[in-house]
Amino acid sequence: MYELVNVTKTYNATKRKVTALDNVSLSIPNGQMVAVQGPTGGGKSTLLQMLGALDRPTSGDVSLGDSRLSKLGDHKLAEIRAKEIGFVFQGFNLIPTLTALENVETALAPLHISGSERRDRSQAALASVGLADRLTHLPAELSGGQQQRVAIARALVKSPDVLLADEPTGALDEGTRDEIMELLEGFWREQGLTLIIVTHDSAVARRAERRLHIKAGKVKDA
Amino acid sequence: MFGTYLRRELVNRRRQTIIIAIGMGLAIGLVILVNSFSSGVQNAQASVLQSVYGVGTDITVSQAATPPTAGATGGGRQNFNFGSGSGATSGGTTNLSQSRLTSSATQTVFADSQLATVQGVNGVAAATGTLSLDNTTFSGQIPGQGTGTTGASGARQGGAAAGGADGAGGSAFNLDRFTVLGIDPSGDSVGPLSAVALDTGRLLTAADAGTDNAVLDSAYATSASLATGGTISIAGTTFTIVGTVDSTSTDSATASNVYVPLDVAQTLSSNPGMLSNIYVTAASSSQVDQLAADLKAALPTATVDTQADLAATVSGSLSTASSLVSNLGTWLSILVLAAAFLIAILFTISGVTRRTREFGTLKAIGWSNNRIVGQVAGESIVQGLIGGILGIIVGVVGIVIINIISPTLSGSATTTTGVGGVAQRAAGGALTGGAGGGQGGGGFGQRGAGGAGFGAAAQQATTSVALHAPFTLEVVLIAVGLAVLGGLLAGAIGGWRAARLRPAEALRSVG
Repeated sequence: MYELVNVTKTYNATKRKVTALDNVSLSIPNGQMVAVQGPTGGGKSTLLQMLGALDRPTSGDVSLGDSRLSKLGDHKLAEIRAKEIGFVFQGFNLIPTLTALENVETALAPLHISGSERRDRSQAALASVGLADRLTHLPAELSGGQQQRVAIARALVKSPDVLLADEPTGALDEGTRDEIMELLEGFWREQGLTLIIVTHDSAVARRAERRLHIKAGKVKDA
Repeated sequence: MFGTYLRRELVNRRRQTIIIAIGMGLAIGLVILVNSFSSGVQNAQASVLQSVYGVGTDITVSQAATPPTAGATGGGRQNFNFGSGSGATSGGTTNLSQSRLTSSATQTVFADSQLATVQGVNGVAAATGTLSLDNTTFSGQIPGQGTGTTGASGARQGGAAAGGADGAGGSAFNLDRFTVLGIDPSGDSVGPLSAVALDTGRLLTAADAGTDNAVLDSAYATSASLATGGTISIAGTTFTIVGTVDSTSTDSATASNVYVPLDVAQTLSSNPGMLSNIYVTAASSSQVDQLAADLKAALPTATVDTQADLAATVSGSLSTASSLVSNLGTWLSILVLAAAFLIAILFTISGVTRRTREFGTLKAIGWSNNRIVGQVAGESIVQGLIGGILGIIVGVVGIVIINIISPTLSGSATTTTGVGGVAQRAAGGALTGGAGGGQGGGGFGQRGAGGAGFGAAAQQATTSVALHAPFTLEVVLIAVGLAVLGGLLAGAIGGWRAARLRPAEALRSVG
């Protein structure tokens, strides 16, 4: 369960201070599917970074289960990201020099598991997203939808508690978008994940159990 | 994962890998080449020094040359005094011949008690004394007194004298000169004979002490038409040639033309109980400087030279090559190496910047800073190692080319100790001069040995050495060490930059 208490995040821009999150307090129970919507620059990505232990708030507190993310050091945060949080990005963010299988394996590298187990789990993850026949393909040899499937497999191969998706369908056509969303929803249901999706797309947002709207750093339930 | 990722990066970012590897390879190759060339030059210098001072000599002790005093037997001007009854006259021509064995003009002899002093100094493993001498034989023919009259100018007007070298009253004189080294025949572990190989016959042994047995430098023996089993006249005494020796150094001659037992050399040269040089081997190579200082303290008037001092006496193209290597070669290597390291660092930083999104993603999925730094450093080190392998290939090719060309360098070790004498026969110059009566001009034929003519201030051992650039394990270690160092430098700086990337900022830059 996520717990955000009076979270504020400010950035120092060239001439002024930008408040990306403004005194946000929020609870997200385990297993909930949440869509976050809002205008560009409203603070969606910053909120996702706080939830994903990628950044610390300027003030306030962010907790995931028993872990107070805002108080932990870099090493511990990396450990939490490695074990508990999966990420899916709008631009897929696959390593261009690695094959689909190797890209998925990168998520298991920090977990210190054997090479054979790593390969087996990665193959299974790719099979679960329908890419069992694309293991040795480089990202450039895959379509956008296939690349996003690889990214989803990479996010889910470590069986995380939370899956954070930043505009996961933003770079895809409508048909592919629906396929990806069905895939994500399927995993959410099967694995009992907490699924938080940042999206501009209302069609995507409508699939969520809960919709949050963020504007000028303020979050409220839609 | 580390290996897979590393391999994929190097293969897929081939251009960067190739540029870094080529840069590092050329730099490391140059360092290898300069190092190997430098070793070759050092070996050549050692070869020149060995031909003069022998193998294993750490220190030499001698006395600085002093101006000759009247009546001194050693050094100074060569005087040949013929009395009225000297020479054998036949057919109106008087044949004169006189041989002198003197200590070299460039040195002062000293009492052999100093050898015991040297041997008593702590840190001396072995020491031996030698007496360096020049044997000069003046021989010639003088025709019978002619009937010429003295003209107004005072010049003798030559009559038609009979006899002489040309049968018409002319005179002919020959000056034959070679170097003689008196050595302790009981041992050759230190000193000039430690750098020789037996050519024919045998070396001098303890049993030769007091005998008129001699060993010749083979090059000198050939030039003087002498051989083992034959004889050689030294100071009017006939010596049996028991053997000939070659230098163990390529293309170089040994330290002297002739080697005789020390006691015989002392007696014949009227230098009883005297030495001109002491050769010292230190018990430990690390104590040479201290030992030299101790010897200097024990023998305050002596000249004490270490190998480093001796190396400084090497001149000629070898010296030029040495200076070239130590100056231009070293600085060029440093510059090229610095440039290669800089290229590697800049490419690595550029790569990290280009891969901001990649590293941000990896951090987002749980990669720690250490893992990312390790990945970047690993890639750089492998690029460096590829450069190292390339460098070894470049270096080996360069070394092979040098060894095929095998440039010949000449080196001269200027010896104030007077132990010169590489067998060089200098053709006598045709000097004109009135000698005796009549119109006869006299020709002086000098057979010089030792590369030093009359009045030379110092003797030189000129040696030509074919430069051989060695390829050693040390060279490989240098290449690997530099490759790892370059890789580590680039990797550390690139990794530090990657570690500084905050994942949120890295992802924001693409999102």
